[in-house]
Formats: sequence, structure tokens, C-alpha cells
Amino acid sequence: MAHKFKKKQGNRKPEISTASLPDIVFMLLFFFMVTTVMRETSLKVQVQTPDATEIQKLEKKSLVSYIYIGPPIKALIPSYGTEPRIQLNDAFASKNDIAEFIELERKARNEAEIPFMTTSLKVDKSTRMGIVTDVKQELRKVNALKINYSTKKRSGDL
Amino acid sequence: MGKSKTRMSADINAGSMADIAFLLLIFFLVTTTMDVDTGISIKLPPVPPPDQEPPPPLNERNVFVVLVNANDQLLVEGEWSDIKRLKEDTKRFLANNGAVPNLSDNPQKAVISLQNDRGTSYEMYIKVQNELKAAYTELRDDESFRKFGKKYGELTSLEQKDIREVYPQKISEAEPKDLGGAN
Repeated sequence: MAHKFKKKQGNRKPEISTASLPDIVFMLLFFFMVTTVMRETSLKVQVQTPDATEIQKLEKKSLVSYIYIGPPIKALIPSYGTEPRIQLNDAFASKNDIAEFIELERKARNEAEIPFMTTSLKVDKSTRMGIVTDVKQELRKVNALKINYSTKKRSGDL
Repeated sequence: MGKSKTRMSADINAGSMADIAFLLLIFFLVTTTMDVDTGISIKLPPVPPPDQEPPPPLNERNVFVVLVNANDQLLVEGEWSDIKRLKEDTKRFLANNGAVPNLSDNPQKAVISLQNDRGTSYEMYIKVQNELKAAYTELRDDESFRKFGKKYGELTSLEQKDIREVYPQKISEAEPKDLGGAN
């Protein structure tokens, strides 16, 4: 065998060593492991956010609580209808549950972080403002004043 | 015998290591969501205490009234308008500096009053919010170019404060009204 290889070496390039391949792959693996955020809530409402140009990045994801508003997903339409609903954590909720939700979110955080907490509203385009206004009023009542309307970046003109 | 045993155990085949790593890598690749959450940030006004006196009335010329009805139509300063015009109209109102009598005295006094119906679509509401914010952003950028030769976003926080004092962002949302229509 060895003899054979030696013979061919003259007209053949030496093979690239694949010994470092696992290292490279592991490096990539760790990168993705670290950046992965597992989606902890399963969406029960369809949310297609509108797009806008004046957008800001939401920083400090650990300080953000999410409120989803939109029509129920297709599988749930027979039991819940198509009317937009509010989703907090994993379940449908009414606007009266928001105060409690915010209270729980606050308890889970450090006291010093509470003023920096943001509520991100992920609202479907087609939703009417009535329900959004109700949510905003509830948030005002519990003094959760920093909110963010989740939107995508728009590239074109209006 | 002892000698051969140690040699055996020292020799774990690492050839499948890459395969295992690839498998994991593909799993994480698929589950990763790289999307950064973006959105329009606003600050809600706190609930006024019940014994608070009503604020002094503002001069009408300093208030830019934007109404959106349940059919997503715009009424700006009492006139039918279009979303495409809103930004320019807002800019003209804010940067008027007393030139035209029915527009604002100066940007510090100017207030934008936004009111929507419960039947307004969220998409339209965001569009209007976006245009109003865009008007402020463009004016701030102009001002900061004039003063510092840079965009507002590139200034230091102290310089930004300077610009913010010239163009404070005053978008006030009226208490919601149900004017009928959808919903």
C-alpha cells in the first residue's frame, strides 16, 4: 500500500487533512447553541405585524414581556372563531388578566430592573384598534408605560 | 497482555465525531431564529390622578389634530388628507416658527394630537404613528446636520439632548372614543 502511494505522489497533490473538521464543526455548533433562543410560547393567534420605517431594536430581551393579539390560528377557529384575541404566555386571556400578567412578570425580575421593562405588543395587521386601546389602557393602569409596537422593517415607499 | 489492553482502550475511533457534531449543528441551525425584535417604541402617559387640575388650554395654532376614523380615513386639521401627505404636512406644521398664522409658533410649543377610532385598523394606526415619528426624525436630522454636520443618530447623547430640546417629540394620544362603526 505504502509503496503504491509513494509511487503516485509525483503526479498527485497531497490530500487535505480533515482532522480539524470536527473542530470547525464544533465551533459552529457552539455558536448556534449560544445564539439559539428556544421559542417558549406556542402561538395560538396569527400575528402578521405591519411594517414601518421608524423602528428601533428591542434590547435586553430578558426585560421584555410579550402580548400577542390577533385572530386564532386555523386549528382553533372552529372552537374560538375568527375574532381577534389576546394571548398571554400560553393561553388566551381577556383584558382583565393583563394587570396580573404584568405583576407576575415584574415579580420574576429584579426590583431595580422594573423601570426598564418593556411590553412588546405583537398585533396582527388586520386587528381593529378597539382591543389594542383596551390593552393600552390596562397597561397604563398598572403603570407599565414603556411599550413597543412590534413591526417589521419596510424597505419601499408607502 | 497488559500492554496490549492499554493500547486498545486508548484508541477510540474519532471518525464519527464529525458526523455527530454535524447532526447537532443541523439541529441548532434549524431551531435557531435569528430575527431581532424591532418595533416602534412609545411611552404611554401615566393615568392622571383624579384630583389633578385640567391642563391649561393650548393655543389652537399649536395643536396639530390628526383623526383616523373607522374606515381608515384621515382628517388632518379639519381637512380630509392622505397618508402620503401626512409627513410633509407635519413637518411644515412643526418647523413653521410662526411664519404661517394657522401653523405652530415654534417646535417647542407644537403638539400633535392623534385620535383614532376603535374601528381603525392597526395597520393604519401604525402607518400614522410611523409618519408622525418620521417627520420628527427628519427635522431632527436636518437640525443636527446644520449644527453638528452629522445625523442625529450619530451624535453623542449630550448633543442629542440639545437637538431634542429644539424638537421635542410631543405626540399626544387622546383618550379613546368610540365613534361607532366597526367593532
